[in-house]
Amino acid sequence: MAGKDDVKVLGVVVSPFAIRVRIALNMKGVSYEYMEEDLTNKSELLLSSNPIHKKVPVLIHGGKPICESLVIVQYVDEVFPGAAVLPSDPYDRAVARFWAAYVDDKMFPPMVAFLLAVTEEERAAKAEETLAAMAQLEKAFGECSGGKPFFGGDSIGYVDLALGSNLQWLETSYQMFGVALLDAVKTPLLTAWAKRFVEADAAKGVVPDTALAVEFCKKLRAR
Amino acid sequence: MEKQENGSEAPAPEPELKLYGSWASSYTHRVQLALRLKGLEFEYAEEDLGNKSEALLRHNPVHKKVPVLLHRGRPLAESVIILQYLDDAFPDTRPLLPSDPFLRALSRFWCHFADDKLGPAVGAVFASTGKEQEEAVRQVHENLAMLEAELREGEFKGRRFFGGDRVGLLDVVLGCGSYWLAVFEEVTGVRLVDADAFPLFHAWLRDFEAQEEVKETIPSVDRLLEYARGLRQMLLALAAGAGDGGSTGVPVSSAVDAPVAAAPPAPAPAAAAVDI
Repeated sequence: MAGKDDVKVLGVVVSPFAIRVRIALNMKGVSYEYMEEDLTNKSELLLSSNPIHKKVPVLIHGGKPICESLVIVQYVDEVFPGAAVLPSDPYDRAVARFWAAYVDDKMFPPMVAFLLAVTEEERAAKAEETLAAMAQLEKAFGECSGGKPFFGGDSIGYVDLALGSNLQWLETSYQMFGVALLDAVKTPLLTAWAKRFVEADAAKGVVPDTALAVEFCKKLRAR
Repeated sequence: MEKQENGSEAPAPEPELKLYGSWASSYTHRVQLALRLKGLEFEYAEEDLGNKSEALLRHNPVHKKVPVLLHRGRPLAESVIILQYLDDAFPDTRPLLPSDPFLRALSRFWCHFADDKLGPAVGAVFASTGKEQEEAVRQVHENLAMLEAELREGEFKGRRFFGGDRVGLLDVVLGCGSYWLAVFEEVTGVRLVDADAFPLFHAWLRDFEAQEEVKETIPSVDRLLEYARGLRQMLLALAAGAGDGGSTGVPVSSAVDAPVAAAPPAPAPAAAAVDI
């Protein structure tokens, strides 16, 4: 019986914002119905669930829509029992929120601009900007992980989700343009962390093959 | 200083909470207001944003911005993050976020809206003229209409404040910023909040501004007007100098963290245009 507890996720397979929501649900052992959106032909459900932004991801829980990926992740963390996404200590929580916001505000925009850049100059400029953000995140990893495998410590946490959900795009930048935005020499800690992230149980099957991201990027560039 | 029982001296009292801010920054006001609503004492240090202190740069090396809140010497940055921290760290004080998870999510969603959509649109009105300004005004109205609809038909329907009977997180975030609307209207001569077009938003803002703690926090209209006039002059001069009527980003961001600083040139377009 369709119920008040049903969970649906509207997403796009290569979207870091959708990926992080799906991994969070996996961390909690929550089963959900996944609906892949065609962003050139958005579904009625998407448009009515997120009329303000008309974007993925949307989580629909018992019929109620929640939008904005980090808002959704915090909601999932608060509502479902199981592995904690945010740490329990207030200060650690604030630090986690800070770095997750940093990923979305300072790393993601230049990375996307890099992938869509038309000229060599623009690509170079955006690569530099992205690499600067990655350098900050490398330092942050050192501070947050305290020597443990993830930003969240022993297991995946909030910042891991924020950054880890972008890995297929970082890989795409290398495959398509020969530029390593995740660079083993410049950011060794993050390079090692990335391998652990994609191997984590909760991430398996959610982080897509780079091939899909490359195809998506080519289509966007053609438009 | 009293000697404690174990023979050591009590340490000199450090302020438990210290806020670095700027008098015209709505992000700073959010934190001041939140602290007052929670009845938390704090020390305040005014920053000259044209000549930032060594302490500020040390405590917020990543963004170099106000507000920064020190709690027992540990720095916190980003106003909405600080507000949520206050709820977490001071659980015995009046909560800013509601307890229901769905309402919490909704509050957070609209905080993002305030900072990603409404704020920049208002800033764009202030930083532009002519056709560009017309488009920015249209954006502001579109955004206010969304808020109005939420107040009229959404989960906040029938409430005096987004937080219910009392001011909460979303009220603080939206409210500390919304007072610029009237100021910008005065300075640019452009109508932004029509009480007829946005009656619920208008009523909410009036009730918000009437709260004691809000009156204590928001600078006088005269000071805001003077400040806004000066800023507008500078922005227009820059726009004229730039010739393409486009980006006025750099000096504004270095001067102030008011909503105007969010008036967007460059970086967002690629990401915003791409749904991934």
